[in-house]
Amino acid sequence: MVTETRPAGASAGPDPAGPVRRARRRSLYATQRRAGWILVLPAVITLALVTIVPIGYGFYLSLTSYNPVERGGPRFHGFDGYLAVLTSGQFWQAIWVTVQYAFGTLVLAVPAALALALLVNGRFPGVALFRAVLYLPRVVPLVAVSMIWLWLYSHDGLFNYLLDLVGLPPVNYLTDENTALPSLIVMRAWKALGGSMIIFLAGLQGIPNSLLEAASVDGCGRWRTLRHVILPLLVPITTYVVVVDLIYLAQSFSEIYILTSGGPLSSTTVVNMLIYNEAFEHYRLGNASAMAFLLFCLIFGLAYLSIRTMTKGGGR
Amino acid sequence: MSARPRIGGSGRQRTLVAGAITILVAMPFIWMVSLAVKPKTEVFGYPPRLLPAQPTLDNFSYVWNSTNIPVAMTNSLIVAALTVAGNCVAATAAGYALARIDFRGSRLLFTAVLGSAMVPAVVQLIPLFLIVKGFPLAGGNDLFGQGGSGLLDSYAGLVLPMLVQPLNIYLARQYFLDMSPELADAGRLDGAGELRIFWQIYLPLARPIVATIAILSFTGAWEDFLWPLVAVSSPQMQTLPLALSSFAGSGVIQYGPLMAGTIIAIVPVIVIFIVGQRHFVQGLGSGGVKG
Repeated sequence: MVTETRPAGASAGPDPAGPVRRARRRSLYATQRRAGWILVLPAVITLALVTIVPIGYGFYLSLTSYNPVERGGPRFHGFDGYLAVLTSGQFWQAIWVTVQYAFGTLVLAVPAALALALLVNGRFPGVALFRAVLYLPRVVPLVAVSMIWLWLYSHDGLFNYLLDLVGLPPVNYLTDENTALPSLIVMRAWKALGGSMIIFLAGLQGIPNSLLEAASVDGCGRWRTLRHVILPLLVPITTYVVVVDLIYLAQSFSEIYILTSGGPLSSTTVVNMLIYNEAFEHYRLGNASAMAFLLFCLIFGLAYLSIRTMTKGGGR
Repeated sequence: MSARPRIGGSGRQRTLVAGAITILVAMPFIWMVSLAVKPKTEVFGYPPRLLPAQPTLDNFSYVWNSTNIPVAMTNSLIVAALTVAGNCVAATAAGYALARIDFRGSRLLFTAVLGSAMVPAVVQLIPLFLIVKGFPLAGGNDLFGQGGSGLLDSYAGLVLPMLVQPLNIYLARQYFLDMSPELADAGRLDGAGELRIFWQIYLPLARPIVATIAILSFTGAWEDFLWPLVAVSSPQMQTLPLALSSFAGSGVIQYGPLMAGTIIAIVPVIVIFIVGQRHFVQGLGSGGVKG
């Protein structure tokens, strides 16, 4: 209805001297601007409250020693908190565990996901079902996955049964300092497999058939086609998979909280676990906030480094 | 040598290889179901046997009648529904405005949205906890957020951090950017207001991206663990992941009921994915993930 736009036009400042067209355009712009803000406002208010303000508040907290158990509120002490965190062995240990966890998972999951994608790329009986089932672990909540693997790794669980079958003694997968982290990595790689496979599959299907035909006309066998045509074309998508997974894996928490709580002897205490303990077990909110910002830097750095090395290694 | 530029064998051979590998990958799920339908004596029997001698649904009825799982299921559904509603309405509207309406500050807003999507959740965790705890006039708090527990242990507190997600705004914006601006001009010529143009012209055409946002926010809310762990202390407000985790953490683990509970937690996401799959793929395909 035309009447809808008029009041807004009037409120935007009438321009009686100018031509009618300019006034109309200005009124249109004013209604658009108003509508834009109305549509954006609910999201902006919520985001300000739950992300923008917390980021600023968190940075302030990281510059204080805040422990809600002691009275008196946050005490400002500049970068002392960062210094304390950066000089503590505990923090570096957690960084090292996080890096091992993230890269260990990637090293297992990414090549396997690529192999799976190559396997289910094509038409053969049952392929749709296979793709769906292989994708399943990606969809299932991490907590549910942890519950299943809790049994697989338990004393009378599947893996010890398999060891028993070949005559090996049982292993305390999650309670032995040497096996806890690798066990978590294997589980997480299994969980990551399907999601990466689907992205690789999309990448494979984006390769034009003419290229593959040209390769075979030139006498490339299957493996040479894979090595010299398909893999180089997949470099950008591999970079994407690695960076996204890395950002995600560096923030792991729930499976570790459930399966090992960071133990034994903090051999599985990733940075997120350390932050949680520091904040909600020891109530050192200032230090925990400093750690959170340092983790942010770590993730940023890792993502940047892997983008750099992978785009260089691809030779494109 | 075959002339076809394909990797791997052909036809039946590939079905066999792929089938075997798929079963191997699906093994944890197969054992989950097996344990869930076994009576207690068989669950703890050694060696573990894949096929139960006497399959039973006792574990499910135990979980349903004597654990916190049904309460947690209701809570999870409420939290997920509110999260879906918030994102489908507010994030979609914001995405539309940022894509299709030219207004002062929209560039800056979009940069802020993208920027906040890049910050890891743990950076916001502690301040968010303090903000939610100190929310004025809620949960026994006074005007200055003192004295009570604020929005902790409430649906509002559980949902708040997920209500509008930057990624969803981004997805919606990319989708609306691909749509023709002429639709809006046609609407304006017919005298429709800007809000009506969004509501009656663009939104109905954007169903795939709304479905995508709904699926992403549902599964995100359904599996969220760290925030509920921090924001909830009473069993009545536990979500499913919390209930499962505390069930697993109490004394000797009863794997039968635990697996039954796990299945209960898994089924809704699988259903959502099967139902929404077509929309989902459409939404992502023509949205942002192209480049």
